[in-house]
Amino acid sequence: MLIQFTNKGIYCKQAGIYIDPWKPVDRAVITHAHSDHARLGSKEYLAHTQSENILKYRLGNISLQTLDYYQPIHINGVKISLYPAGHIIGSAQVRLEYKGEIWVVSGDYKVKTDNYTVPFEPVKCQHFITESTFGLPVYNFPEAEVVNKSLNNWVHQNAEEGFNSVIIGYALGKAQRILEALETDLPILLHTTIYNTNEALGFDNSPYIKFTQDFKRELLNPGIVLATGTVLGSPWMKRFEPYKLAVCSGWMQLRGARRRSNADIGIVMSDHADWQGLNEAVTATGAENIYVTHGYKTNFSKWLREEKKLNAQEVETLFEGDGIENESKETNPKETPS
Amino acid sequence: MKAFTSLYSQLDQTTKTNAKINIMADYFLHTYETDSIWAIALLTGRRPKRPIRTADLKLWATELAQIPFWLFEESYSVTGDLAETISLLIPTSNNSTVIPLNKVMTEILEIVNKTEEKKKEWLFSYWNVLSKDELFVFNKLITGSFRVGASQQLVYKALSKAYKLDDKLIAHKLMGSWLPQSSGLKELLFNTDKSFDDSKPYPFYLAYQLDVPFTELGDVNEWQIERKYDGIRGQIVVRNKQIFIWSRGEDLMTEKFPEFNLLKNILPDATVIDGEILPFKDNKIMSFAEMQKRIGRKNLNSKILKDAPLCMMCYDLLELNGEDQRSITMQERRKKLEELLEEFPSAILKLSPLQTCDVWENLDTLRVLSKSQGCEGLMLKHKESIYETGRRRGKWWKWKVDPFTVDAVLIYAQSGHGRRANLFTDYTFAIRDGETLMPFAKAYSGLTDKELIEVDAWIKRNTIEKFGPVRSVKAELVFEIAFEGINASPRHKSGIAVRFPRILRWRKDKKKDEINTKDDLLQLLNAV
Repeated sequence: MLIQFTNKGIYCKQAGIYIDPWKPVDRAVITHAHSDHARLGSKEYLAHTQSENILKYRLGNISLQTLDYYQPIHINGVKISLYPAGHIIGSAQVRLEYKGEIWVVSGDYKVKTDNYTVPFEPVKCQHFITESTFGLPVYNFPEAEVVNKSLNNWVHQNAEEGFNSVIIGYALGKAQRILEALETDLPILLHTTIYNTNEALGFDNSPYIKFTQDFKRELLNPGIVLATGTVLGSPWMKRFEPYKLAVCSGWMQLRGARRRSNADIGIVMSDHADWQGLNEAVTATGAENIYVTHGYKTNFSKWLREEKKLNAQEVETLFEGDGIENESKETNPKETPS
Repeated sequence: MKAFTSLYSQLDQTTKTNAKINIMADYFLHTYETDSIWAIALLTGRRPKRPIRTADLKLWATELAQIPFWLFEESYSVTGDLAETISLLIPTSNNSTVIPLNKVMTEILEIVNKTEEKKKEWLFSYWNVLSKDELFVFNKLITGSFRVGASQQLVYKALSKAYKLDDKLIAHKLMGSWLPQSSGLKELLFNTDKSFDDSKPYPFYLAYQLDVPFTELGDVNEWQIERKYDGIRGQIVVRNKQIFIWSRGEDLMTEKFPEFNLLKNILPDATVIDGEILPFKDNKIMSFAEMQKRIGRKNLNSKILKDAPLCMMCYDLLELNGEDQRSITMQERRKKLEELLEEFPSAILKLSPLQTCDVWENLDTLRVLSKSQGCEGLMLKHKESIYETGRRRGKWWKWKVDPFTVDAVLIYAQSGHGRRANLFTDYTFAIRDGETLMPFAKAYSGLTDKELIEVDAWIKRNTIEKFGPVRSVKAELVFEIAFEGINASPRHKSGIAVRFPRILRWRKDKKKDEINTKDDLLQLLNAV
């Protein structure tokens, strides 16, 4: 087998590389720059070109080689290439080929297009390692147009009633999609982390106001504030009173999570594949062997085995036993992108 | 369904009481009365009986969703709400329907006695046409779990706003056993004929736990002090030679208390008394558990009636000779109550004795003493207080004795429902019994959201075994558990049953070997 699952992460012995390792290694291939995939401490990194700035912004001055999509490199006979994963900007699936054996590591992915990220592309392979963050049929997400419309309606209704709209989303990926989705003349203020992330991504910050300590409420009056989950429940929010709160995440699909978030509205906007997306992606690879990681892996692998007759198994990843475990961690928008 | 669904989701999206009142008032103003009456019934907790068995619902939903049954169950366990799970799993249309609420509700009442086949056909006729949001609300109605985040008081206020009526009057009109399918909205709200419904009780006045210093209460002599009883709060309504007994939850419980029946010939016509129904024997109040045994029974035989005879500890008078007494002062009502019980004596009706206390400093002694009298603390009622509607601060306070507490260790966890779906929030705690751990109580509440998430994460890392939805965990985390009462119970493994157990705090400073023992609990039991 070309790939092994080790306590440091997904390992290709022949090429001497780990993919998204969670412990420091010599050579790490990074699928995307979210902190649960891109960790500090490895000697050399390989990632997609569009991840370069953001990885350096987040991890500091690392030794990083970049690749474009489809542009292969060869290490000790293993052909390694990156394919679009549609998750966030610069996110990639990693394809490894050695003596006719082909593996694809999905990293995190989204099948639906979002008008911002390079769309997911299925890659034929024999072994497919898939995430399963939303690997349950209750997670079939509404169409982007419906979601965007409800976000815009909400924002404008708030403005009419004299409320600011505070929108919470992860800084890398989600924030940019939210900004793309907003159709408004209202002033938009960005939390520092989001402003800086935009900068690193080369995302045009000129239409937006950067938050500074001498913020005056007249700047909005009313308007939109885009911030990360770290501000929830903090005094930082007080200066935007009166405001209404939205949380943008796939977890907002369930009422329980919406109510736990204490937001006025939950916007079901996810950077992950929903149930239907996961099924489509797995089928499209044509792979017989599916390794399910990261999410509701027990359920999704059982579904693939029993209903799709695939050779599917779940793979242990760091600090998680099954989907439920992972969920509560990710429900908290402070910690993990979703 | 469309307007009602929109009402439901709007209420679901706000926590502000004024906004809720406006949303409901707006609904009442713009909806047909035939629908409004059902909305009022549903909003005030008059849910129809579950027309279809849960097992059938699951099975049929699985069929429409085209997934295996185990995947339905997994989805349900993550969603934590059957109605929502079904609405997320079966394919839905994007169009809202024009089916009126009263049609849906009438059919729900009718379908109960139909065959399984008919039920399925009826159910699919809705499941196939409703939009996702409508489907969720519809499922809530047929799973009997319909609840909204609006208290009855808010509903009354909204109706008051919509119909320009006094909210206390509305509260009274909407008490009792009216049925939405046979009541007209106008008839219910605007009827002034008293004979209209003999059974109608008054809305209960409820007190908050005392949380202000005595200095804010003024002179102790301005307060009427009584014991707080541990029974069933109830109203005895006698009108037209009939008797009705209502619990605080607005359940008509007349049948449960046959020994009260003779009061209809003793008390004068049109009398309503507020008090506590208690098991009382040999001049002593018995424990609540004795009554609980009775309440659970369908048939009350003479042995049970003899073992746990009931009385009403009377403490307020709401109606006398057909006159509403609620707007005169507590002191005056008390005087009339005393006169009434003196003139029409019965062993079943007892007068709640007043406690005397000259200075606030002595009150705590009285409070502690109440426990040895089978009570759970004191009630403070301002002598000038009128009889209000619902739970209010200021003129009535309850001052309960501190609960029992023990330190126990967490041994099992299960994920919660609704807001707590997907988090391990339902816990079983154990005490030490020699070398082994003895489960003794389950508790669901008491931790903050932040603590819940922390405990949840710990549980996931420290699971020993999974039994279905339940996990056994490493016995390590110690919590202080509070409870109100303790009784011997052969049904529990520990031999002990505790009432209202809840988590007081997470004792991070304590280790597993510092928890309480079974002997400690037995001592508590014997001391009661």
